[in-house]
Amino acid sequence: MFGYYVDLALRSLRRNKALTALMVLAIALGIGASMTTLTVLHVLSGDPLPGRSSTLYAPQLDPRDMGDYQPQGEPPDRVSWVDGMNLLQAKRAGRQALMTGGSVAIQPAQSALDPFYQTARYTTADFFPMFGVPFQYGHAWGAPEDAASAAVVVISSTLNDKLFGGRDSSGRMLRVEGHALRIIGVLGDWRPNPHFYDLNLKSYGGDEGVYLPLSTSQDLHLAHLGGADCWGNGGDGATPAHTAPCVWLQVWVQLDTPTQAAAYQQFLIHYSLEQKSLGRFLRPPNVRLRNLMQWLDYEQVVPGDVRLQNWLALGFLLVCLVNTVGLMLAKFLRRSAELGVRRALGASRRALFMQLLVESAVIGLAGGLGGLLLAYLGLWLVRRRPADYAPLAHLDGAMLGMTLVLAVVASLLAGALPAWRACQITPALQLKSD
Amino acid sequence: MDIRPILSTLRRHKITASLLILQIALTCAIVCNAVFLIHQRLQQMDIASGIAEHELLQIKFAYIGDRPDAYAQAQTDLATLQQIAGVQAVALANQLPLSGYSMSNSGIKLRPQQQQTSLEVASYYGQNLLATLGVRLISGRDFQPDELVDLKTALPALHSGDMKNLPHTVIVDQAVAARLWPGQNALGKTIYFGNDIPMQVVGVSAPLARPDSLQMGAQNSIVFPIRLTATEGGSYVIRTTSGDREQVLKSALAALKRLDPNRIVLEQRTYDELRDGYFQDDRAMAGMLAGVIAALLLVTALGIAGLASFWVGQRRRTIGVRRALGATRGNILHYFQTENFLLATIGIALGMVLAYGINLLLMLHYELPRLPAIYFPIGAIALWLIGQLAVLGPALRAAAVPPVVATRSV
Repeated sequence: MFGYYVDLALRSLRRNKALTALMVLAIALGIGASMTTLTVLHVLSGDPLPGRSSTLYAPQLDPRDMGDYQPQGEPPDRVSWVDGMNLLQAKRAGRQALMTGGSVAIQPAQSALDPFYQTARYTTADFFPMFGVPFQYGHAWGAPEDAASAAVVVISSTLNDKLFGGRDSSGRMLRVEGHALRIIGVLGDWRPNPHFYDLNLKSYGGDEGVYLPLSTSQDLHLAHLGGADCWGNGGDGATPAHTAPCVWLQVWVQLDTPTQAAAYQQFLIHYSLEQKSLGRFLRPPNVRLRNLMQWLDYEQVVPGDVRLQNWLALGFLLVCLVNTVGLMLAKFLRRSAELGVRRALGASRRALFMQLLVESAVIGLAGGLGGLLLAYLGLWLVRRRPADYAPLAHLDGAMLGMTLVLAVVASLLAGALPAWRACQITPALQLKSD
Repeated sequence: MDIRPILSTLRRHKITASLLILQIALTCAIVCNAVFLIHQRLQQMDIASGIAEHELLQIKFAYIGDRPDAYAQAQTDLATLQQIAGVQAVALANQLPLSGYSMSNSGIKLRPQQQQTSLEVASYYGQNLLATLGVRLISGRDFQPDELVDLKTALPALHSGDMKNLPHTVIVDQAVAARLWPGQNALGKTIYFGNDIPMQVVGVSAPLARPDSLQMGAQNSIVFPIRLTATEGGSYVIRTTSGDREQVLKSALAALKRLDPNRIVLEQRTYDELRDGYFQDDRAMAGMLAGVIAALLLVTALGIAGLASFWVGQRRRTIGVRRALGATRGNILHYFQTENFLLATIGIALGMVLAYGINLLLMLHYELPRLPAIYFPIGAIALWLIGQLAVLGPALRAAAVPPVVATRSV
């Protein structure tokens, strides 16, 4: 029966090519536009560390003075050097890492390559096991290297390809800002998007080329990148001193259970109270403990324009659907005579309804395929844009399936009302008029 | 023309008519808001930076390792650049208007011990900055050479609160002066930074745009008498005479590389390129909105045309009868045009309400201003036109139906 309906649908669609083309075009345009923006939104609001993100937290403290104090205000999203060190040494979480961004000059040993700049991450050792960073060669450093400010460095696979042609470079030396550092590890494929652990730099596609111990970076006076938020006499904090009243480092902690998270929150309040009694903190305790996804939400990492474009595209899809409903209604009602004959010959209303729905589904499928092509075109256009998320805009299997499902569901919805309306005809009336 | 027969026909096609109205309403609402968004973006892209944009070049270097002689090097660099043919003035600047990434913002207080800051401003500094950027002084004076403080002395002094090694004067732009002292002369006034560090206003400049965060007041900027070097994040700014900027840029780079080959060029561009880069997202967004508007109007026009053709086909007999009874071609043409006009008008009225609702939502979530009333008539006219254009073809076909159709049975 289904095959017969499809055959009927194709015949009917062929009969009025212009109207069919119009409906397919409307669905294709609507689906193409909304899938383009939905894909961008899907890629940008994805979980950078699936499986781990629910146990990773970003603690926030409020060490600022009373200037511009507001009782319900949010604490800064970074920590000062002193607080970062204190949280690190308290070791109240399963794992904790203190880090900040940097930018360093790399001087390749080969004379064929000019010196160039790489973004860097200065961090303590737990960064690698906590975020599950994969290694291609060698290994990460540990607490002893942190304590000794060891001259070691871990590099990304991209940098390893550029400098060493992708061979195992662990054990080799790398000149960073004029200092010789020993490469102890090369990362595998590590490109978390969004760049959740430091959103002061690029939010997307911001993976670093070199990683070195925070203590080493401070001993070597390597340049800090990502700015700082200062209060009092902190100035603009381009390169903040350790004692400056500025927040410029990120802390991440791993807390495996909600109980641990609750305990850590208590610890943060307790710590703030203690610092207040010492006179270091002036404000009442104001702490936050957000897990990774809450953190991304709070930081509004998905650009507002992307969300706006998404709403716009969905509005466009709605208009296209209303358009299709109107056209289908016109088309189905025009066939009243034919439907009347079928009813008179014994077809039930249900059968007619099914037949018309199959016809809408065929239109939806054709529109979906067209929409898929348009979405590929749209995403290609998005990738050509200069935004830092642009290279990520690719259609994956899930979104591909969703495009077709969305198209068919949308056209079934659009077809339901006209089909129902067309089934309401009285066969006798239709037969008589002809 | 009598519209009663049209209304009674429409009443027999309630669903189709209301779908058409709904489509026109949605299109009208989205188009009004999208055009408004485009206008907002274009307006933002039009902002005056307050500097001599078409005469400026920016070169940014980084050095490898520590540079103890950075200040001496900076003076040599500046002197060398000044000698190049086509160079009018050179400066080292901490940041430039619309450069996109704000390195330096300051909170201004009007009184010591003040709890809340009065204004957040962008702070600029660097040697010879105003003259090179071409910022006009409205009143007061530019900084004297002996007022300039090196950043490497000013920063530690700031942290320790040592007033002696800090600058004592500041130049504010007209926007800041108007915000802090409306209707008064800003010259000689004292403002406070950080933990009550006083600075005296010695000059008021023409409005100068911020590096970014334009929503905080596009032109709230101040200038400090501080000198910095390339190692501290400064970039060389060159103001050229009207000659060939690309040529000057090449010679400047060559001259600087000759002085010290051991540096990495991070930026080399004209100011126009910098400004283009700042607004690239806005331009892309405006382009996308324009594309959606075009697609939306196209879909709606095709939808109207499709439905109209269907109606014409369905009413061929009726039209034939009317023609046989004496209606002219013009009568039939007008009938369909009026019908479309009626539907469009209802749709537009509904669309206005919807447009207003969407705008309220956007105001809530995207910091947009209220939709100005002028957009309503623009949207209405656009949809009336689209409707009339779309219905013209089918209406002409209807008008061409010969009266003889009435006599045929099928």
